[in-house]
Amino acid sequence: MNRGVLLLAAALFVLMVAAAPAALLLGMPYLLSLFQKLAILAIAAAGLNLVLGYAGLPAFGHGAFVGIGSYTVGILAAEAADGALASAWLQFPLAALVAGLAAALIGAISLRTRGVAFLMITLAFGQMLYFGAVALERYGGDDGMIIVRASAFGDFTLARGFGSYVFTLAVLAVVLLLMYRVTRSPFGFVLRGAAANERRMLAVGVAVPSYRVGAFALSGAICGVAGVLWANYTAFLSPAPLAWTWSVQLAVMVLLGGAGTLFGPLFGAAAFVLLEEVLTGALQPWRLDWHIVFGPLLLLVVLAAPGGIAGLLGRPQHG
Amino acid sequence: MTLFLEQVLNGLQFGVLLFLLSAGLTLVFGIMGLVNLAHGSLYMLGAYFAVTFVAWTESFLLGSIAALLSTVIVGILLERSVVRGLYDRPHLEQVLGTFGLILFFNELARLAFGPAGLSLSPPPWLAGQINVLGIPYPSYRLVVLVAGILAAAAMYVMIARTRAGMLLRAAAANRGMAEALGVNVRLLFLAVFALGAALSGLAGILAAPLLTVRVGMGEEVLLLAFVVVVIGGIGSIRGAFVAAVLIGLIDTVGRAYLPGLLRAAFAGPVADAVGPALASMLIYVALAVVLVLRPRGLFPTAARTDVAA
Repeated sequence: MNRGVLLLAAALFVLMVAAAPAALLLGMPYLLSLFQKLAILAIAAAGLNLVLGYAGLPAFGHGAFVGIGSYTVGILAAEAADGALASAWLQFPLAALVAGLAAALIGAISLRTRGVAFLMITLAFGQMLYFGAVALERYGGDDGMIIVRASAFGDFTLARGFGSYVFTLAVLAVVLLLMYRVTRSPFGFVLRGAAANERRMLAVGVAVPSYRVGAFALSGAICGVAGVLWANYTAFLSPAPLAWTWSVQLAVMVLLGGAGTLFGPLFGAAAFVLLEEVLTGALQPWRLDWHIVFGPLLLLVVLAAPGGIAGLLGRPQHG
Repeated sequence: MTLFLEQVLNGLQFGVLLFLLSAGLTLVFGIMGLVNLAHGSLYMLGAYFAVTFVAWTESFLLGSIAALLSTVIVGILLERSVVRGLYDRPHLEQVLGTFGLILFFNELARLAFGPAGLSLSPPPWLAGQINVLGIPYPSYRLVVLVAGILAAAAMYVMIARTRAGMLLRAAAANRGMAEALGVNVRLLFLAVFALGAALSGLAGILAAPLLTVRVGMGEEVLLLAFVVVVIGGIGSIRGAFVAAVLIGLIDTVGRAYLPGLLRAAFAGPVADAVGPALASMLIYVALAVVLVLRPRGLFPTAARTDVAA
């Protein structure tokens, strides 16, 4: 990893950590809210990056796994007569498990195809889960519903605020550390090797498909964890994260930041959230939406800097 | 029975519109290897142009022709300016770039045509109903069905019987060889993209009187068009036609009858909730099933050859 990438990542982390006391002292809760959104999206993007970046598989349905995480919180909160079901000790493992299993199943079926067909079938599974969520009338259906009970570890609640912000940063750090270990493990090398040359990997005697299903499961589980955080952040259960535009947006973050790099998802999520914030403010006088600038910007990234932000900072030595 | 026949006709008409959209998508993908998410934007622009120009010219036919030409011009400008640079990129980057185009075109449409949905009435001479196999059916919908089938036939003849079609098939089979033999591949790519824009714009114009013209209409139908392309077999026009009609029928008939069937089978609130959801899911289930059984679609094209037949 080169120095520019490390410096930017360190700067972002320092900024996000420093934002916590700063926002508390200066009375700017909005800043925390913005950075928390950034951190949650970075976690989900980091999960997707394992499949999209390292394994080189064009998966466009990962919003569904974030959705599964959110619905775990929403459904348990709605059914909780007492506080037991709203326990974060239960919700995090359950969300990760369900999202991971769903991802493994979807991955196992989707991996029968490749290229654009793979892209489409992952998208199709995402759509199925989306319509499935819309059908859950009891849990708000199309309109969504307010989540009355935030997840909590005992007395420590994840409802939006200082504590939940710090917790989200910690989860982001743990996920990035996990990705660092995983992508440098034999498992990670198989994924990266198969992305570079699948035929050779198979010839060497590696059961590439099983590794890829494993990557799907892990990446789905991470997205599920992001979903739990997202549900607590918005305090609202909605099928929106399962919509295909959400999945594409997650992929946009990964590619914008630098696919297949450790900090790419963090950079991408930061660029996405901060650009939205800055551009929305800047374009307010003309009543223009930020997309009118962001769209051409994406095109520019593809045409001029296909390695994303991490690529701009220099050639990565290995990931 | 009358209702069923009407639903089948609606399904066919929807399928034909889907074909117009998917034909361009599958050609652009089969020949240039481009995953073009912005294809739906051209459909949306076609519809917006139709509303605008029909109002200006006060003639449905003149306005539609103007709208079609404008969409083609946008398509040509798009290819010349940015799309050309995306042909040789990995699919992931193409998705990213053309997603950017969607965002841009959506905002542009909102600026130019306003945030509210617009509607377009069919021309007065097509406003009535016509008798089809003993049931009354809106004349305009029937015209859409016929126009779509005519366009499909014209495309078939063009690709299978003309010199331009031959060049197109040659470039799809082996781009490098076609270029070496003196085919102007850059010009050909431009022509294919313009043809795709024309078909997509035509679909938008034909659909405009049937629905509300609004920002975001492109994405909804784009996803369906992609489903059609993949089920049909990427690059295959014939596959796109079969798959489009299939998807049109499954979607329309499924939405009309599935909730009722479920309610008859399992009474109660669960069936009420599951029915519509299952109907919406149906085409995606169809896609997953087809891809699991035939990973390369119904009409697989052997290594990007054989675009037409």
